Amino acid sequence: MNAPVVAEEVQKAARRVPPPMAMLAELTHRCPLKCPYCSNPLELVKRNEELSTEEWASVLKQAAAMGVLHVHFSGGEPAARRDLEELVSIAREAGLYTNLITSGVGLTEARVKDLSARGLDHVQLSLQGTDSEMADLIGGYRGGFEHKMKVAAWIKAEGLPLTVNAVMHRRNLHKTRETIALAVTLGARRIEIANTQIHGWAVKNRAALVPTRAMVDECTRVVMEERERLKGLLVIDYVPPDHHSIYPKACMGGWGRVGINIEPNGKVLPCHAAATIPHLTFETVRDKPLAWIWNESSSFNAYRGTDWMPEPCRSCERKEADFGGCRCQAMAYAGDASATDPMCHKSPFRETIRTLVEAESETGEIPGYEYRIM
Amino acid sequence: MTGTPEDRLPETATPRLPRGVRVRFDEARNTHMLLAPERAVRMDPIAAAILAETNGARTFGEIVDLLAAKYAAPRDQIAGDVRRLLVDLMDKRMLEVSP
Repeated sequence: MNAPVVAEEVQKAARRVPPPMAMLAELTHRCPLKCPYCSNPLELVKRNEELSTEEWASVLKQAAAMGVLHVHFSGGEPAARRDLEELVSIAREAGLYTNLITSGVGLTEARVKDLSARGLDHVQLSLQGTDSEMADLIGGYRGGFEHKMKVAAWIKAEGLPLTVNAVMHRRNLHKTRETIALAVTLGARRIEIANTQIHGWAVKNRAALVPTRAMVDECTRVVMEERERLKGLLVIDYVPPDHHSIYPKACMGGWGRVGINIEPNGKVLPCHAAATIPHLTFETVRDKPLAWIWNESSSFNAYRGTDWMPEPCRSCERKEADFGGCRCQAMAYAGDASATDPMCHKSPFRETIRTLVEAESETGEIPGYEYRIM
Repeated sequence: MTGTPEDRLPETATPRLPRGVRVRFDEARNTHMLLAPERAVRMDPIAAAILAETNGARTFGEIVDLLAAKYAAPRDQIAGDVRRLLVDLMDKRMLEVSP
């Protein structure tokens, strides 16, 4: 009478998916900056709902045991958590590669030294602009730029590898070359020229954020040129904006395929915007083991692989390359999370959106920001 | 950064993995992985063997000698393989070289 049990085991094994490579640990949603393109959800997790140090320790150990290689400590501003240093130690002991994604605000020289001594592997420092006037206007935090420059120097003094994460949009995209030059000056090994994604809070500021087609073309040209010129000195990763491309991005490298995100309260998401898809239910690490959530939960299996795809994705030759693009963007614009990404040229929504967005971006003045004030 | 691979990585240069770049055995995938900022690269056994000898003390020439002896292979062929891997990692800022 063993057969049914065996069959069930076989079925389970067949369903088992490769383990995630990377985990985004959003330690807190608290943040001193007020960026108009904040990528955190509209509804923020409150401080008293955040996972404790012990709960995070358990998540980190479970992740390492599953096969996660990189952990990205993020937020909000992860430095707002006083136990950041302790969590880095725990992650390193578990064998994880530890990356700190920070605005720099909340870090002191002593904290950078301590993090370094505990084995932090890498720091990703955000940059809102190339001078204090522009950067502080965009981040909505006076003195932010000047502080970042100090943080970069402390990171360099420790010999910690640095990536500059430059968030680009209508107000600063023409400064791409200067941004890259600043990264070199700061001693960064890598820079991400990342055009703002229009999700969450950014939707409120879309007209102030989406650059013109001409700006994007110029930025792309500069990136290609600088990439060649700085080969071996600075690696340039480039994320062009969706709105002017032909194909969608392989959002998250595919749903439930590469990455796993933990919100400050322990809710586990396939991508940080996934909670905008209303019919999905997300599990939390407070109730279920992380491995179960990754392998078995309905949310992670909803858009995993390619079986869920309707046309035009189903018969598309690129379905294994971009996995149909972004589910949250499909939800936002097409009202259906399983629709093809509206930024794809095969989407019936694409032309309408493009016309709308291009008209917004061509207006003479950049509209004022609606800042994210907490 | 220009020059032939031989100029960029001569016999006497000492390559090393900088801070933030390391190799670890990944039990979940049963393979060696090279971990770097935002990157995890699956290492084939040859790449893993090369990086195992790249300890920041040996010169490129010494690494090639060691591997040529260990695998009883022609030195030129080993030198080509090692240089190809290491120069590629230099381009990706995953390897530093002291002259």
